[in-house]
Amino acid sequence: MALVLNEEQQMLKESAQGFLSEHAPVSELRAQRDAGSDRGYSSTLWSQMVNMGWAAILVPEEYGGLAFGHVGMAQIVEQSGRTLTASPLLSTAILGVTAINFAGSEDQKTELLGAIAGGELTIALAVDEKIHHDPMQTAMPAVAKGDGYVLNGEKRFVVDGSTADKLIVATRTAGSPGDMKGISLFLVDRTASGVSVQRTEMLDGRNAAIITFTDVEVTADAMLGEQDRGFRALSATLDAGNAHLAAELLGIAQESFDRTLQYMKERKQFGALIGSFQALQHRTAHWWSEIEMCKSVVLKVLQSLDEEDLKGPALASIAKAKLCEVAELSTNEAIQLHGGIGMTDEYEIGFFIKRARPAQMLFGDYNYHANRFALISGY
Amino acid sequence: MSDLHVFRQESRDWLEENCPQSMRSPVIAGEGACWGGRNWTFASEDQKLWMERMGAKGWTAPDWPTEYGGGGLDKAQHKILKEEMARIRARSPLDSFGIWMIGPALLKFGSEALKQQHLPAIIRGEIRWCQGYSEPNAGSDLAGLQSKAVDMGDHFIANGQKVWTSYGDKADWMFCLLRTDPDAKKQMGISLVLFDMETPGVTPKPIKLISGSSPFCETFLDDVRVEKDQVVGEVNQGWTIAKYLLTHEREMIGGMGLTGAGSKTLGAIAAKTVGTTDGRLNDLFMRTDIARWEIDAAAFAFTAERVTDEAKAGQGIGATSAMLKYYGTELNKRRFETMLKIGGSDDLIWDGDISNNGWTARTLLRTKGNSIEGGTSEVQLNIIAKNILGLG
Ligand SMILES: Cc1cc2nc3c(=O)[nH]c(=O)nc-3n(C[C@H](O)[C@H](O)[C@H](O)COP(=O)(O)OP(=O)(O)OC[C@H]3O[C@@H](n4cnc5c(N)ncnc54)[C@H](O)[C@@H]3O)c2cc1C
Ligand SMILES: Cc1cc2nc3c(=O)[nH]c(=O)nc-3n(C[C@H](O)[C@H](O)[C@H](O)COP(=O)(O)OP(=O)(O)OC[C@H]3O[C@@H](n4cnc5c(N)ncnc54)[C@H](O)[C@@H]3O)c2cc1C
Repeated sequence: MALVLNEEQQMLKESAQGFLSEHAPVSELRAQRDAGSDRGYSSTLWSQMVNMGWAAILVPEEYGGLAFGHVGMAQIVEQSGRTLTASPLLSTAILGVTAINFAGSEDQKTELLGAIAGGELTIALAVDEKIHHDPMQTAMPAVAKGDGYVLNGEKRFVVDGSTADKLIVATRTAGSPGDMKGISLFLVDRTASGVSVQRTEMLDGRNAAIITFTDVEVTADAMLGEQDRGFRALSATLDAGNAHLAAELLGIAQESFDRTLQYMKERKQFGALIGSFQALQHRTAHWWSEIEMCKSVVLKVLQSLDEEDLKGPALASIAKAKLCEVAELSTNEAIQLHGGIGMTDEYEIGFFIKRARPAQMLFGDYNYHANRFALISGY
Repeated sequence: MSDLHVFRQESRDWLEENCPQSMRSPVIAGEGACWGGRNWTFASEDQKLWMERMGAKGWTAPDWPTEYGGGGLDKAQHKILKEEMARIRARSPLDSFGIWMIGPALLKFGSEALKQQHLPAIIRGEIRWCQGYSEPNAGSDLAGLQSKAVDMGDHFIANGQKVWTSYGDKADWMFCLLRTDPDAKKQMGISLVLFDMETPGVTPKPIKLISGSSPFCETFLDDVRVEKDQVVGEVNQGWTIAKYLLTHEREMIGGMGLTGAGSKTLGAIAAKTVGTTDGRLNDLFMRTDIARWEIDAAAFAFTAERVTDEAKAGQGIGATSAMLKYYGTELNKRRFETMLKIGGSDDLIWDGDISNNGWTARTLLRTKGNSIEGGTSEVQLNIIAKNILGLG
């Protein structure tokens, strides 16, 4: 398949660009943050996104969706990286939809996917238990009791966990931490008895949560997929999540670059535009080349997800690792080349590093994915 | 079945029938590479057969027009042919500055007579070319070149010195930049001319490289007669053509960052030399270096693919050869630094069987030239900054 966007994907990219730069520019994120919003995103904006069909992009047609694919969805995500738009798109319309579509029963799909597409349901994925991502180490027990299960334990870095209607929780029903087998996924209402949510505002002004489960009882039909075999669904969900995080980081890297390049053509020191200094030109040219590499890995993994080929996991790790590296480079160079003004809260360039770091760390940073890629490659 | 499916099947059948078994393994360290030309000694009968068969079919230059003996393939077919060759690990039938550099320039700027004269011989591997661009005082600043050609009415007489002429002592013809108007501004008075290396007054002298071999020469020009009909394009208008040719050279050199199909991954090689425990290499720092390199190499390979696909779809920015050259050569240098560490002290042995005659060490040394030849990395960064990013 040619490594380019088709016409429909290109059109979606342009309409996302238009909509987000008008309705959700960086100044909106600042406004949310300064207002101390509990949600971390604007419900009005989310309704508008739902109305445009964005929550339905990954939902199959038979469940009321558009089935427009990952490449299409990522055009929106990439633009939202440029505008630093906060919304439940990732947790609900990407992670939620992927997990339910991959593992859900016919009833679950019918009920939940339609509700997501229609904007009536939001989801959060609760997977990490420690401060570093490592899903195979899932330890939180879910113990069979009667015809249901009892969940006990704590999840961290649950993005949108304080606002989502339902949580998808990774638990252990057999084996020990480190085993691929024995992991099961459950759908749990955020407001269920025994679920206690501590909202944590992150440096990007958005929400995550530390969620404690104390004797939380769920019925058997709350299980998503088969008992003990949840790891495949979880992996597929995380691969999709990482591919889209890579797309968001690409947007962040590009926007930081574009703004800096523009600044280099305006700022004068020593009687000359700083863009005329070769020391900065070479750094900028290298930086630009790295972003070119990123465009290719991101498109590659998205196409592979749409084609459901076997290279998905390796490509997801390549893409996430590369984008972690380059988003870091990008946001750092952006501040450095802006000089003192880049350090101020008043100027927007500093917002990019603050969104990049959580996006890098969510579901595995460079080190995690380089290691995973090496393991997949047999070394 | 679509036309492309038919083409794939036909190509597969043809390759199956015509590619000798011994030509179905990667060329290692340039050993087994075929350069053709009048002075070429074939390494084997198979090598000769493979070059001749592919040459006759036009597939040594798959996308050149059939009227000059090329394959006449469009971009989609060309991609398929590459995939089918990679599938059976078929090696390149012919490495050639003719195909990579002067051919594309002739196709775009050459007269019909020059095309007819030179292209078929390039495609069939009969004439080997060398590049006479650099001079002792004109490297990065190529337009500062001083070797000159004086108009004698029906011909030119050339004098001067070229340097770093790769394979100058083995080539049959040279494409050469000469100053034809000494009074014009730097870039304005330069012409691109062609001459036979056997012309009296042309003297290539090999220079030994740090890798121990002598692939390039200094080439002296003393009263060399250059025919008027061997000027490519207009007299004094050679600079534009020279730059066009350089973009092809850069893409070719940048392509060295691509690991050939069928070659072993660094991870697989290291698994043998340092061993593994629970699926991880025993040297964890080496493992990190390898993973970093392989992630970047994958990103580069996808970028080469994307740039090609964008060109095909009429998208993209075009001026990417500088980026591919810069990134690909820096990547290739890192690859061999990593390889040497994987190979350990045995790979430091300069001659003999243990190290396959110092293959890794010598190749590592040779790769240092990748970011110099065809325009240095710094020059590529200058081009990106100026032409793509608009930084003055
Ligand atoms: C946290 C902080 C505290 C500070 N405290 C003080 C203080 O107490 N008192 C005070 O007086 N100042 C203070 N400063 C100001 C500081 O000294 C300046 O920010 C610094 O000198 C850079 O100047 P600039 O911000 O105007 O950036 P610019 O000079 O505009 O530089 C922008 C970019 O261009 C690059 N650049 C500029 N010229 C060249 C060149 N010739 N070649 C290559 N690159 C070039 C710079 O390296 C930078 O990357 C502080 C700054 C910060 C960030
Ligand atoms: C293996 C090999 C094969 C070659 N084959 C051929 C061949 O077949 N035919 C041919 O004509 N030539 C050939 N060359 C020559 C090659 O094109 C030149 O070496 C190259 O253009 C650099 O020129 P130079 O060696 O004079 O270095 P210089 O131009 O003197 O450069 C020295 C250093 O200064 C840096 N520099 C120069 N100008 C700038 C600038 N404006 N900004 C920042 N940095 C700068 C360079 O990047 C480099 O690091 C070959 C070279 C090598 C190494």
